[in-house]
Amino acid sequence: MKAVISVTGRDACGIIAKVSAVCAEKKVNILDISQTVLQDYFSMIMLVDVTEITEPFAAFVDRMTRLGTENRLAIHAMHEDIFNAMHRI
Amino acid sequence: MLDHRDILETINMIEEECLDIRTITMGISLFDCRSDDEDRLCAKIYDKIMFHARDLVKTGADIEKEYGIPIIHKRVAVTPVSLICGGLSRAGVLKVARTLDRAAAELGINFIGGYSALVQKGCSNGAETLISAIPEALAGTERLCASVNVGSTKAGINMDAVARMGRVIRRCAELTADRDAVACAKLVVFANVPEDNPFMAGAFHGMGEPETVINVGVSGPGVVASAIRRAGDCDLTEIAETVKRTAFKITRVGQLVAKLASERLHVPFGIVDLSLAPTPAVGDSVAYILESVGLEKCGCPGTTAALAMLNDAVKKGGVMASSHVGGLSGAFIPVSEDAGMIAAARCGALSLEKLEAMTAVCSVGLDMIAIPGDTPESVISGIIADEIAIGVVNTKTTAVRLIPVGKAGDTVRFGGLLGEAPVMPVSRYSPAKMIARGGRIPAPLQSLKN
Repeated sequence: MKAVISVTGRDACGIIAKVSAVCAEKKVNILDISQTVLQDYFSMIMLVDVTEITEPFAAFVDRMTRLGTENRLAIHAMHEDIFNAMHRI
Repeated sequence: MLDHRDILETINMIEEECLDIRTITMGISLFDCRSDDEDRLCAKIYDKIMFHARDLVKTGADIEKEYGIPIIHKRVAVTPVSLICGGLSRAGVLKVARTLDRAAAELGINFIGGYSALVQKGCSNGAETLISAIPEALAGTERLCASVNVGSTKAGINMDAVARMGRVIRRCAELTADRDAVACAKLVVFANVPEDNPFMAGAFHGMGEPETVINVGVSGPGVVASAIRRAGDCDLTEIAETVKRTAFKITRVGQLVAKLASERLHVPFGIVDLSLAPTPAVGDSVAYILESVGLEKCGCPGTTAALAMLNDAVKKGGVMASSHVGGLSGAFIPVSEDAGMIAAARCGALSLEKLEAMTAVCSVGLDMIAIPGDTPESVISGIIADEIAIGVVNTKTTAVRLIPVGKAGDTVRFGGLLGEAPVMPVSRYSPAKMIARGGRIPAPLQSLKN
């Protein structure tokens, strides 16, 4: 199963490192990263493989939300199929 | 990889524009529960609902978490109770109401539908008993919803039932007068009622449905309004295209959720209902969509045309996005549940008569409208008859959910998703003599359409 992690908010040092560290800890494999910074606004999308994840995906979603709150960022982890459904015919 | 902008668009729809799945509704047949013993009937009903829907709430919550899409309601709709309660006493039918309510409470769902009767041609004994029990059943329960179909394009209009429903609505209001007549908010009078509608209060599990089924209702007025605003100063052709594209995206999410829920619950997928269902939340209003098209206030001249375009474009966009579409499918225009409708009614832009005209081109009818508490039964029946006639003649579903409470100009507050409503004035002139005639209005001609 693949998931999308999106991170948006004010740019700061170490955002990718923090998100990646949690992914590594939970055995979530990062497949692709796309990142843009427009003025001070940071936006990153990660495509990850959660096949080997060491906790239920729902717990990982909560963990990412918490990480976002702690760092004043909006972080969402969502199953990739919701994006495929909406944007791919 | 998925496009960066597409991902952010989806997240923005959910976070900022109130995109959600409004309901996953499980339909459950109760035909095999029938019994001439009311206790045995109630026990079988309770056991069957609890068995089939035991994982409904958890499954909905799991999908919500994994896919990041809010799923607001998980609900159950059952076979119209009038079809399984023939021979029971009124007390027995009330016991069924309490049983359904208890099952809903234990499942953790907020509404259960199916306390219903289909009487477009006439009343069976079961329908007669059920309708007589509706006011007490709704007043004595929290989660039960009732509906009565009084007309259809093939059968015409049962005016005896229309007259009866005027009295039933008044009685519902009287029994819950201390709670802003909330029983009336759980009762719908229909024409051409769909048998697979997942939305309350009108949901029931129709006669042609499988043993169990999953129907999903999508929503997203805020997403459509934002898309129209972003479209800028384009012409109406472009607005219709924008609505179609947006409805397609919304419905694809509904289809995904329906498929997932069906697989996980081992219950067949029925339909996706492509409705724009508003809530009182800011930015989740159908009236604001119409205003974003270019109306100063919802209800002003041009509103019916804008709504007709919106309703049609939602269907055109949504139909391609789902393998099976059904239910009510279209734009809902409940007054109390829509911040823009409330504002338009309060400032006088939106009248009951204009709402009636709007229902001729949208998916439901006169919905969640507060009228003065002293409105006579015959006037309520007259309003029902007019609305049902629109549905019957135009081969579409129409419905009436009126709440007689307070006096014109007051505001009644139901709270939660039911919202609040300014009490709208009704005509001072009476249809009493016509309503008292009773009988049936014959089915309309289906040719020579002018």
